[in-house]
Amino acid sequence: MEEKKELENVETEEIATKAIDTSDTETPLDKNVRLMSPTRMLLRRFFRSKLSVTGLIMLVVLFAFCWLGPVVYQRWGETETDRTGNIEYADYAIESDDGDFIQIVITDNGINALAPPSADHFLGTDEQGMDIFTRLMYGGRLSLTISFLAVFLTSFWGIVLGGVAGFYGGAVDNIIMRICDVLICLPTLPLMLIIGTVLDANGVPSQYYIYLLMGLLSLFSWPGMARLVRGQILFLREQEYMVAAEAMGYSTPRRIFKHLIPNILPQILVSMTMSLGSMILYESTLSYLNLGVRIPFASWGTMVEVISKRSDILQNNFNVWGPPGVCIILAVLGFNFIGDGLRDALDPKQRR
Amino acid sequence: MVKYILKRIGMALLILLGVSFILYALLRCMPTDFIEQKIVNLATSGVKVTEEFKQQMYKTYGLDGNIVQGYFSWLGNVCRLDFGKSFISQREVVSEIFNADRMGTSFFVAAVAMVFEFLIAIPLGITAATHQYSVRDYVVTVLVIIGISLPSFFFGQVLKDLFANKLGWFPVSGMKDASITYANGFEALIDYLRHMFLPILTIFILRIGGRMRTTRTNMLEVLNSDYIRTARAKGLKEGKVIYKHAFRNTMIPLVTSLAGLIPALFSGAMLTEQVFDLTGIGNYALTAMTQGDIPVIMTYNMFLAFLSVTGMLLADLMYGVVDPRVKLA
Repeated sequence: MEEKKELENVETEEIATKAIDTSDTETPLDKNVRLMSPTRMLLRRFFRSKLSVTGLIMLVVLFAFCWLGPVVYQRWGETETDRTGNIEYADYAIESDDGDFIQIVITDNGINALAPPSADHFLGTDEQGMDIFTRLMYGGRLSLTISFLAVFLTSFWGIVLGGVAGFYGGAVDNIIMRICDVLICLPTLPLMLIIGTVLDANGVPSQYYIYLLMGLLSLFSWPGMARLVRGQILFLREQEYMVAAEAMGYSTPRRIFKHLIPNILPQILVSMTMSLGSMILYESTLSYLNLGVRIPFASWGTMVEVISKRSDILQNNFNVWGPPGVCIILAVLGFNFIGDGLRDALDPKQRR
Repeated sequence: MVKYILKRIGMALLILLGVSFILYALLRCMPTDFIEQKIVNLATSGVKVTEEFKQQMYKTYGLDGNIVQGYFSWLGNVCRLDFGKSFISQREVVSEIFNADRMGTSFFVAAVAMVFEFLIAIPLGITAATHQYSVRDYVVTVLVIIGISLPSFFFGQVLKDLFANKLGWFPVSGMKDASITYANGFEALIDYLRHMFLPILTIFILRIGGRMRTTRTNMLEVLNSDYIRTARAKGLKEGKVIYKHAFRNTMIPLVTSLAGLIPALFSGAMLTEQVFDLTGIGNYALTAMTQGDIPVIMTYNMFLAFLSVTGMLLADLMYGVVDPRVKLA
């Protein structure tokens, strides 16, 4: 309870403006001061920034598109191939003794591959005749889910290990931090490629593949979060209120979870939002390198991957690889805008 | 000072040991027959795989023993500076990775991109900081975030499609035009630069965001400090306050980060090189990784780890050199 009161922030601007008009009406000062909870102040600062609101809107739209889209638009399935076929006509002029003919060759391709955008396929079809618009929605589900899972796992390891290192200090701290040093020196992209190849070699079924990959990756990517948490805990541990909490005889878990963690939460939140963006990038990069989500399942990275094998698609069919790339950028941008806005809103030095 | 450096070098060696063990253990999780299969596949495409080579490969990498035995035999070879032979080209790994052509390409691309990055990001970061909350600041912030949000493979492909395929200003990929014979060295140079332009642009745009952001944050921090207020109070011109007094302190993190970046010049940009089909070190490593060429993967990654350890050490030492308040002990 005690520190809650302390945290209640007073909007300084309000005092200043109100003080001027109250000089003649003579009401007590505290009536004119509005107390705001930290959460309300955070929200107010967050929504004042146009960038963070833009980011939020972008993400809400993307999420709605991916999760509600397939419910509303059920014309095509994720892996459904359009078998109506596009029929190609080619005519050749043939000269023979009997006179000139025109030979018409009709080819039925069986599947309607690489169709241009139309009413049937809003964004056309890919080289396997699957509807791009629909795959965009399913791919988004997968990409976003995976990045959330990966970030939560990574943060979990980071918070637990960083918390233990910071709180107990001594030998435990030393060991955990040395492990951090080692893991930070492992190059991320090559590491993911190696893990990907190892999983590939061991024949992991393709529907679990990406989840396993991101799960394993989280075992290597926690040091950033751990360092952040440890640093904050080392700082907070020496604060008076923590000494007071110890003097009051509170139990260790209570001190950690009720007094330390709430004070580190803001930084953790910012770092998690930012890493959501980078996880999407990693996932799509892996899929692009054919080590992520496997065809026929869709993910945004997999959908861009076609162009690394077929330069004709790169040149002629922007509708195949453009939209998923734009979606990746939008999602990452959204998370980064929100992260940036949160960082500003949570900065106690900020005056605005 | 010497004691500090020695201590740090000792630590670095321990870190490298840890890194190498993790990498080795991971690579050994690949079933041996998988690697064999890969090599057999390659053999059918023309490369000769002798039984003797297979045995030698097993022996060199301890692929027949368990992980710990294998690791120590690998370590022993490394101590004798024997990094093994590539499974695929069967040449010495060291000569493959530290190939002047490959390293040169990667270095050239990274270095040029870095020079432009610093030249453009620093002034932009400073104006954003001095005009905080203005339109200019907003624009720079948005550009920064866009820069760090772009996936390199997609952005590279967009540039390639637009400038090479559609507009035809630059060659699509590769290092030089095979069909052209050059009249003189100057023409060859121009052609080389034309091939390098798009990769450099890609790397430059992807990296400039982060640099601008750090410059802006540093500058803001310095501008809020007391001595800047003093400088203003004694009536110095704003230009002098910013470019003489504030900028010098902003330089500290910049110079140290520069030291940390020297190693990054040599590591190569995997995805960009792959997109533009440059024969750089990154592209080579990428191919090796998808082919399961263990000696190359191992050596390349150890090289990267070595670079990042040295980078950190250099950055810390630079701190001591640049900032007199920092004492290394």
